[in-house]
This record gives sequence, C-alpha cells and structure tokens, in this order.
Amino acid sequence: MHNEWLFIGFFLILAPTFPAIAILIPRFIAPRKPNPIKMQTYECGLETYGKSYIRFKVQYYVYALVFLIFDVETVFLYPWAVAFDQLKLFAVLEGVLFILILVTGLIYAWRKGILEWA
Amino acid sequence: MAFLHDPITFIANWLQTLLAGWGLSSGLISVILTFFGVLVAALMLLVLDFSLVWVERKTVARLQDRIGPNRIGPFGIFQPVPDVLKLLIKEDITPEGADKIVYNLAPIFGLGAVLLLWAVIPFGYKILGTDINVGVLYIVAVGALGTLGIIMAGWASNNKYGLLGAFRMVAQMVSFEVPMVISLLIPVILARTMGINGIIEAQGGMWFVIVSPIAALILLISAQAELGRAPFDLAEAESEIVAGFHIEYTGIKFGMFYAGELLHALTFGAIISALFLGGWRGPGAETFPFLGVVYLFIKAFILYFVIMWLKYSLPRLRIDQMLNFNWKFLTPLALILLILTAILSKILENAGITLGSSPLLFSGLFLMMNLILVGITVLLLRAYGPKHPKVIAEPRPVAVTPETPATDIS
Repeated sequence: MHNEWLFIGFFLILAPTFPAIAILIPRFIAPRKPNPIKMQTYECGLETYGKSYIRFKVQYYVYALVFLIFDVETVFLYPWAVAFDQLKLFAVLEGVLFILILVTGLIYAWRKGILEWA
Repeated sequence: MAFLHDPITFIANWLQTLLAGWGLSSGLISVILTFFGVLVAALMLLVLDFSLVWVERKTVARLQDRIGPNRIGPFGIFQPVPDVLKLLIKEDITPEGADKIVYNLAPIFGLGAVLLLWAVIPFGYKILGTDINVGVLYIVAVGALGTLGIIMAGWASNNKYGLLGAFRMVAQMVSFEVPMVISLLIPVILARTMGINGIIEAQGGMWFVIVSPIAALILLISAQAELGRAPFDLAEAESEIVAGFHIEYTGIKFGMFYAGELLHALTFGAIISALFLGGWRGPGAETFPFLGVVYLFIKAFILYFVIMWLKYSLPRLRIDQMLNFNWKFLTPLALILLILTAILSKILENAGITLGSSPLLFSGLFLMMNLILVGITVLLLRAYGPKHPKVIAEPRPVAVTPETPATDIS
C-alpha cells in the first residue's frame, strides 16, 4: 500500500509516545508530598540494609552463554528456511548437520552439568 | 455498498481524494495516510487494552469462583474507568537511589514494545499496515523489547527484590527464547516466507496447527513464559520476592506494566493465531475483508483465554524446574521437530506433494509425523524422565462419632 518501513517508523514514534503521555499526566494531578521515609527503598518494613546491587549467582551467566549459541544459530537458520524452495535435498541435509552440531553442544553442556541449578 | 464491503479501503480512498482535492502531492498524501493509519491502529489498541482490564478481572473471578467487578455499569463493564483514574491520581514515588532515566523508561518500554508488535500483524484480507518480508524476525526482535522493559525496571529500582526479579526474568527470557524461535521457524519452513501475510496466505488449504501441532504447543508454552505468567511468573513471585520487578512502581507507572502484560497476552494470541490458526481466514473473509478482523480477534481472544486459564490454574514452578523443563525437554523437542519437519518437507516436495497441490495428504503425513514424535517423547519420558516416588500418605485420623448410649428421649 505505502512504503513498508514508513508504517513501522511511525509506529516506532507513536508507540512510546502514548505511555509517555500517560506517565506525564500524574505530574499535574497527583499529590506530591515526599518525605525521607516514604522515599526509602522497600525492604519488608525494615530499614534498607547494605547495597542493592548485589552479586548474583553465576548460573544466570552460564545460561546466558548457552543461549547465545542457539540465538546465533537461529539467525543462520532463518535464511535457510526462507530459501527452502531453492534448496536441494543435499542442502537441507547440510542444514540439518548444522543443527546437529549445535545439538551436540547442548548434549555436551548437559553432560558437563551446566544445566543444573545447583 | 462499497463501504459495507470494505470500510477501511473505502475510508482510505475517500481521504485520498479529499487530500488530493486540497492540492497535496501524492507522496505527501501517502505519508499522511500512513500516519493516520498508525494513529488509528495505536488508539484502537489502547482502547482495547483498556477494556482488557475488565475482561481479565472478570475471567479471573469466574475461574476462582468469584463474581468479579459488578458495581459500575452492567456486569461491571465500566470498571476500567475508575481503575485508571485511581492509578492516575496516586502519588508517584521514585525511590531514592533509583536510576531516574531508566526507571521512567521501563514502563514506556513495557507497553510501547507490545504496541510495536501489532505493526506486522495483518488484521484482514488486504487490511494490513505493512507486510515486511522479515515479519517473523521482527516479532522475535520486538517481542524481546518488552522483556527488556522488565529487566530495566528491576535494575533501576535500587531494590534487592526488584533486582532478583530482573535476574529471574533474564534467565527465563533467555531460556524460552530458544524453543520459541525454533517453533517460529516451522511456519517459515512450511510457508517459505517470513512475511506474516505470506504465512497466512499459505494456510489457505490447511491451518498450520494441524500440520504441526507440536510447534503450536511449544510456541504457546514459551509465550506463557515470555509473558511471565504463571506457572512461569518467577519474576513477580509474591511469596518469595514480594512483587519482583515492579515492587517500587506506583500509580500509572505500575499501570503501564499491567496494561503491557494484558495486551502482550492478547498480542501473543494474535501472533499464534496468525502463524498457526490461519489469522484472518474464515468463511467469507475474502469477500468481506472486515469479517477477517472479527475472525482474527475471535481466535486471539480464545487463545488469550487459554493463556489466562493456564495462569490461574497452575501453581508456580521453581526456577530449577522451569529451566530443566526448558533446556532438557522443550529445546531438544523443538530441535528434533525442526529437523524432521525440514527433511519431511523436502522429501514430500521431491515426491510432488506440496501444501498447495494436495493439502490433505501433506498435512495428514505431517500430522502422523507429529503424533509419532509425541509417542516417542512420551515413551522416552517414561523411561528417562524425572521419577517421582509414589508417596503413600499415612492414614489420616478420621473423626469418629463416639459411641454414645442411645439416650432415652421418652
């Protein structure tokens, strides 16, 4: 109908605008009486103890690494899927081989105990 | 008559002639029309989102054997109005030590990203904003932005519970993105295009949910996780980390997260129905394009109901259970399904059977392949799956009526 990306461009401008307007409204109609105790970080009714930016479990990081492998994989698989018509059976099997190599990676991670939340 | 047939094209044509009458150049007219299209679509979505508050609250109430909102208007249908008004006039508190910019950007991301997803979903036959040729990839990319909003919220709140919620959301998103992306690949392989409208058009003979039911199921489960809804609502587990990522948010900023979550659920309903349930397809959808919009929303709302149903009937999983379920079950299953789909699709194409020429045979063979895979999965799970020792409960003491001597009434 029109330029395809123009539509998405307008969406990109308008989609954040509406929530932004909604967030700005309370500035004008909501009460504003800050005091030190109210502005404190919530911690189950106690006074906030120590730093909030704590160290986190390394397992989160490991899962992110495993994810990265598969995420990059899918970037390669989408063009393969789109060009499926032009591919011969051999090319399809090559794609399958590529997936299988990554499956091997998953099995390796599994056997190494990376996927355990210990 | 033309108006009844296709009101949207009719209005667009009318506006075009009107603007051309003012002497504007055709390039400018198309820009203005696009802008109006986006504005109308976004506003309609916000109004829809507004009414979803009532839909969700009422459905939850019925699922939990309550009545739900029933005071304002018939069946409490105007309940969202006071809800939103209350959120708007609440005091807006930013906790000390919060990263102000990220803290305020997070709710905007939460709702804005969901609105952006609707840019590529075709509403009906020829009623579509845009038909970019990387539609599926766009959904994957923009869909992750909403989760980014959650992570930003948890990080910027300067709160330990918020931070924990954000960490959990990262682990969850990162995990369930893999089976989701792979199950999104299967309609792409079947339709040979990444454009959403192309995928819907390829489903003329047979909906993909019949051709590949496992992929649809995997997509539904990972959508549930991507939404952060129970049983995967670890990021806001009330009993563990109070409210998780939105613990420090008050007023309308909290409301933006809530609205974003509601619309996200419906959006996933629309995406799954576009990719697997034929989108706007239905009887008479091509002669009366507006009927297609109705079909799409009926399908989306049915899936939205399924998502709500799952949310309010299943208990929350632990994080290790959730990650095990994803990495040791869902991901391998999705990968094997992808391999089988690719090989079978190519073999059938070489044998001269395609979805276009003989949809019944094609989808029948695919359905059989899927059912065999389900059977093998069940057998494997029985053999190697998690073993739950059968716990035989001790006989509980039962209240026994004491043997009382029959009282003589007379």
